[in-house]
Amino acid sequence: MSRRPEPVQVIKQRRDATLQKLVAGVPYIQFLGIQIDRRGDELTAVLPYADKLIGNPMLPAIHGGVTAAFLEVTAIVELSWAMIWEDMEAGRVDEDAPRIQLPKTIDFTVDYLRSGLPRDAYARARVNRSGRRYASVHVETWQDNRSRLFAQATGHFLMPPRDG
Amino acid sequence: MSDTQKTRRDLLARQFIEAIPHAQELGMQLTAIEDGKAVIGMDYDPRLVGDPETGVIHGGAVSALMDTCAGAAVMSHPAAAVATATLDLRIDYMRPATPGERITATAECYHVTRSVAFVRATAVDGDPDRPVATATGAFTIERAKS
Repeated sequence: MSRRPEPVQVIKQRRDATLQKLVAGVPYIQFLGIQIDRRGDELTAVLPYADKLIGNPMLPAIHGGVTAAFLEVTAIVELSWAMIWEDMEAGRVDEDAPRIQLPKTIDFTVDYLRSGLPRDAYARARVNRSGRRYASVHVETWQDNRSRLFAQATGHFLMPPRDG
Repeated sequence: MSDTQKTRRDLLARQFIEAIPHAQELGMQLTAIEDGKAVIGMDYDPRLVGDPETGVIHGGAVSALMDTCAGAAVMSHPAAAVATATLDLRIDYMRPATPGERITATAECYHVTRSVAFVRATAVDGDPDRPVATATGAFTIERAKS
């Protein structure tokens, strides 16, 4: 039996709906105002600037805790996305299924390279190793220039129990 | 250092922490700050939930609390920094914080050089014998230009 490829709109709709499901249900992601851009399987987290994110009003600079939180959110979203990608592409992610279970952070180390300016910030994560139980993720964040990172982080995560 | 100087420095540090927009936004309350040690509490807030299934606060909010508390500890140290910034911070998440309970962070500068402060911090909820998270970090010590 020959199968025609699915129409592009169907694929896009399914991917965006899955991503939305992953992100929309987490109050803290909404609290910080983080949005996730998608191109194919590549995700970019966006943190639009807001006054409430300031940690040092004299400079001013984004709070180090906000930077850490933004990096951790990006790492968890990327890891969950990578975890469900295959099932989603195979149409095995049930629209009515309960929420997608998220990995739990074991530890997270943030390297602050320069102060975060009062501008939008972007972040991308890379899953360096993802086993059945543990995963290691690296994540970078920048503002105006992609090559001028203002922070990076590495974290270890406990994967949710999976069937099979 | 005289008592008056010390009181003034502690007051300044307290005001500085209270003037941090993001600390205010998270509802942080500084309850102690002295000699390189600080204690900051943060009430449970549904806006900060990271896992809607369990209602557990997001690790990022705990990081923000630890980072602020560690910074406050640096500011209160006799090294008399006029400002500080985080160089690196590692957080270990020991267990999920119990939903509905206040989280309290305690930070202490355990070593300070001319330009760097090394800080340890612990976060607990209603059960102080079982920490929710611990952190270690290095912070800059910005000195007044002479």
